[in-house]
Amino acid sequence: MTLLDALLFLPLAGFALLLFLPRAQSENIRLTALAVSLAVFLGSLGLPFLFETLSTDFVWIESPNIHYHVSLDGISLWLVLLTTVLTPIAILISWRSIQDRIKEYYAFLLLLEFGLIGVFIAQDLFLFYVFWEVSLVPMYFLIGIWGHERRIYAAVKFFLFTMAGSVLMLAAIIYLYNKAETFDYALILQALSTGKLALSAAEQMALFLAFFLAFAIKVPLFPLHTWLPDAHVEAPTAGSVMLAAVMLKMGTYGIIHFCVPMFPRAAHECAPWIVKLAIIGIVYGALVALVQPNMKKLVAYSSVSHLGFVVLGIFSFTQQGMDGAVYQMLNHGISTGALFVLVGFMYERRHSLEIADYGGVAPYAPWLSTVFLITTLASIGLPTLNNFVGEFLVLQGAAIANFKWAVYAALGVILSACYMLWLYQRTFYGEASEVIKHHMPDLTGREWAAMLPLLLLMVWMGTYTKTFLPPISASTARILVGTESSKRIRVAAPRANTLLAKEAADVR
Amino acid sequence: MLLWLIPIFPLAGFVINGIFGRSRSKAFVNTVAIGSVLLSFAWVVKTLLALGELETAHIERYFTWIESGELRIGMDLAVDRLTAVMLLVVTGIGSIIHVYATGYMAHEDGYYRFFSYMNLFMFFMLVLVLGGNYLILFVGWEGVGLCSYLLIGFYYLRKSATNAGNKAFIVNRIGDFGFSLAMFLIVISFNSLDFGTVFSQVNRSGVNGTSEAAMTTIALLLMVGACGKSAQFPLYVWLPDAMEGPTPVSALIHAATMVTAGVYMVARSWPIYMHAPGAMNVVALIGLFTAVFAATIGLAQNDIKKVFAYSTVSQLGYMFLGLGSGAFSASIFHLMTHAFFKALLFLGAGSVIHACSGEQDMRHMGGLRTKIPWTCWTIFCAAIAIAGIPPFSGFHSKDAILLAAHHHAPWMYWVGVVTAAMTAFYVFRAFFMTFFGSYRGHHHPHESPASMIGPLVVLALLSLGGGYIAIPHFLDKFFPIMEEAHDATLVAISVAAGALGIGFAALLYVFKPGLPDSIVASLRSLHSLVYNKYWVDEIYDLLVVKPLVGISRVGLWRIADAGIIDGIANGVGGRAQGIGRALRLIQSGNIRSYATWVVAGSIAMIVAMGLVGGSR
Repeated sequence: MTLLDALLFLPLAGFALLLFLPRAQSENIRLTALAVSLAVFLGSLGLPFLFETLSTDFVWIESPNIHYHVSLDGISLWLVLLTTVLTPIAILISWRSIQDRIKEYYAFLLLLEFGLIGVFIAQDLFLFYVFWEVSLVPMYFLIGIWGHERRIYAAVKFFLFTMAGSVLMLAAIIYLYNKAETFDYALILQALSTGKLALSAAEQMALFLAFFLAFAIKVPLFPLHTWLPDAHVEAPTAGSVMLAAVMLKMGTYGIIHFCVPMFPRAAHECAPWIVKLAIIGIVYGALVALVQPNMKKLVAYSSVSHLGFVVLGIFSFTQQGMDGAVYQMLNHGISTGALFVLVGFMYERRHSLEIADYGGVAPYAPWLSTVFLITTLASIGLPTLNNFVGEFLVLQGAAIANFKWAVYAALGVILSACYMLWLYQRTFYGEASEVIKHHMPDLTGREWAAMLPLLLLMVWMGTYTKTFLPPISASTARILVGTESSKRIRVAAPRANTLLAKEAADVR
Repeated sequence: MLLWLIPIFPLAGFVINGIFGRSRSKAFVNTVAIGSVLLSFAWVVKTLLALGELETAHIERYFTWIESGELRIGMDLAVDRLTAVMLLVVTGIGSIIHVYATGYMAHEDGYYRFFSYMNLFMFFMLVLVLGGNYLILFVGWEGVGLCSYLLIGFYYLRKSATNAGNKAFIVNRIGDFGFSLAMFLIVISFNSLDFGTVFSQVNRSGVNGTSEAAMTTIALLLMVGACGKSAQFPLYVWLPDAMEGPTPVSALIHAATMVTAGVYMVARSWPIYMHAPGAMNVVALIGLFTAVFAATIGLAQNDIKKVFAYSTVSQLGYMFLGLGSGAFSASIFHLMTHAFFKALLFLGAGSVIHACSGEQDMRHMGGLRTKIPWTCWTIFCAAIAIAGIPPFSGFHSKDAILLAAHHHAPWMYWVGVVTAAMTAFYVFRAFFMTFFGSYRGHHHPHESPASMIGPLVVLALLSLGGGYIAIPHFLDKFFPIMEEAHDATLVAISVAAGALGIGFAALLYVFKPGLPDSIVASLRSLHSLVYNKYWVDEIYDLLVVKPLVGISRVGLWRIADAGIIDGIANGVGGRAQGIGRALRLIQSGNIRSYATWVVAGSIAMIVAMGLVGGSR
């Protein structure tokens, strides 16, 4: 049992523990959840030093041959850390706002953490699929039980969209299993690269699209994004935070970790189309964000725009683009997560998400305003804060691949300033109404505790990328080398393959 | 040499005042704010003395900021002769304006907030000029833009102020769009953003067909960035609105330092421009057009700060004209003298506004000469400097630019001379309207405190004598050599134009006070066009802002997103029964739909297995 296994199962143990706590002890339930998530977080701080050595692999189910195989690379390392940082924050910000069915609520948050960590570390395709579905369930209930007025509609929509994609992915996984006789990702990849497992161009394309659609819905890539604004608006604050900050990265992680390395030729062939969708998403998301009257919807559409950058970076197939894409996944987790946290703080005070109900907050809650401003600036890519590094690398990579892509995508950078600054102006500046004057206290200690780590990360990731980028670069470089060298040779005529030929003979 | 200390002092000031300033006394805030800038100034002086002649750049590399593939961008700071001049201007003028601001802002709310933003601005401005590569320059570039945004919107209860702040930030973002694209192309061409690496490759590669095309594209895109920051046509529109900020901000950021960042950046990139003669010509044309265009608007404005704002746009146009004509050192020279006299004009205007209890309309001033004499005569020093009267500072630098323009294209010189006459006219029009005639307001004007007058006097001395600071000589070795063409006739003509402008202003506003109204009456439509700034803001609003918001709201959000895309998505589930019933179904029976999907998934699995099995 390695540190990684411990970190995976600790939240599950916490989930079980919470279920046994008496319902009446609400403070103990909160404290237990916080303690478990903090323990996971503290443990995960060891990962950057050990991540290459942590791997566990044993048979989980004999037939079909499913393994419990988990390990980390330079990409999943940071996504796990993102999850472990944000879970205690999600618990902290729910402290007062959730007063109903507290036990189940925190149990679901820990179950969500279990599922998310599992998704990022699973190296067996079936195990990956299990975690993918496990993470879906707690989020479905978080939205459906603790959400706002239209929560059922939003929860079901979220569930159906994701399920529609994952059914296809499951079919593709099983198809691969039948061909490769293993669910093990590393073995499949090896078989593909050595030619032991040969896929025709059509097979590759079909499998790529099956995986990609599942991931693209999750990202979400334009035009598959319409579940996101509904889910965000209806979700409780912590649900929005975890959804935007971590769950969307399941999609982009899946693309960069599974889709591209396994089906490089199809990925290259589809790249021009996917990039077009990504760029449309960048501009479209920003323009629609511009005219939203609801804060959470605005941030949700801005996510469509930001995630477009990630997809663009991946499909630029350049070192800078891929590094930037991964960096941008983390950045978006930090800064959009922080935005949802802050919007949640404001909702707790004013009980409204409509921008028109605000205005003039700045003099009454100066620190809240300052923190919101810093987060806004991070989100619009101010240099020295985190998003700038990611956007710069993505656009640089896109420019190297095709200069026009950078030109169109950079329009999103202009528009992000428009919608965020306009939001900030309408919310914090101007004359305050009586309600604002009396119901906008400044940040509390607990709220500071939730925001300070995020602010620290914004500055750290913006100024000292040496902590984060080298492991990312190492992993993306491997992916790039793999796809570049194999995109031409990996498509072999099925009959030319000895393994298949032998199998064919056996069947006869 | 510890170059990083230069920007770190004001950054520390920002942090200290930002966190603790609210609960501390004004004396504490003052000490931190002014102290940090003065320390920075002192460290600049010490560093430059130690570095001596600066024949080559002094570079300090601290750590790798971003590394990806072969691209490595370092946290590098560098000092060469160009940076040396900028450092002295920024920290010198910055210190003076900080002192002034303690007097000007004494009765304002948010005192600590003002000074912490000012210190943050100093930090980013120093990073901008010290940066050893384009990306560090860009850090400063965006950072000063942020501070500009915050300080324009300082009076955030006023909608006009926060609107102006947003406009400044967003228009600058449009410029930055060009700047960013230029950086991407530089990386593609040279695999580096380091000034030394890029420029040595530019110089080595020489001129051939392909590289000239690439150089021209890069140079033009950089120019787009410079047009945003340095308020050149068509991106100048944010600067006049930026006057919503407190007057010391107008002086420091929107006259003396930040708005010259574009000029600095183009001058810094001179090796690229030297290989892109077409782009040089565009820079000269844009500069010249902006200079005339803004000067004509300045002729008819009644708000004293607006006059000086358009004057700033116009003078920045001169600097661009100089850059485009290849007279890089003359442009930087004008950047410096302009920092003296334009900072003085704004601080003087601030003193006038302070005296008149917030009045900015010159029609409600007049006759202030006797009431606030120190302010009056220091402004006069700035006015004769900007009018190009020898031997004062503006004469030296403007003359150098005009001569270079003549060398580049004689007609540009003549347009420049007409602009010089207009410049002298509008400045002295403002001077006479404010200080001569009889007082037309209803406040009781009073002279400003010593903390404000002191800085005015220092700047007045610099405006008068600044032309003798040997900047051209110092910079000539840094920039490519220009052919010197001293033509006494050309000099005399431009001086005469300035004198003519002053004389005309005196005639209209001192000797024949009724005349301006009759001229306006006879040229009503022309005056209205100029007075309303050629309706450019209204045109932008009609052609860009309104359509963008309208299309986004109706076309993209309501029709495309909520209507078509979401309609299809919701429709897939219940095509048979219609969308409305499908939604009801989903809402009432979510377990059933879950089951439906499980069944669908199982079917998909079976089909997939069957396919595989069939192929065996």
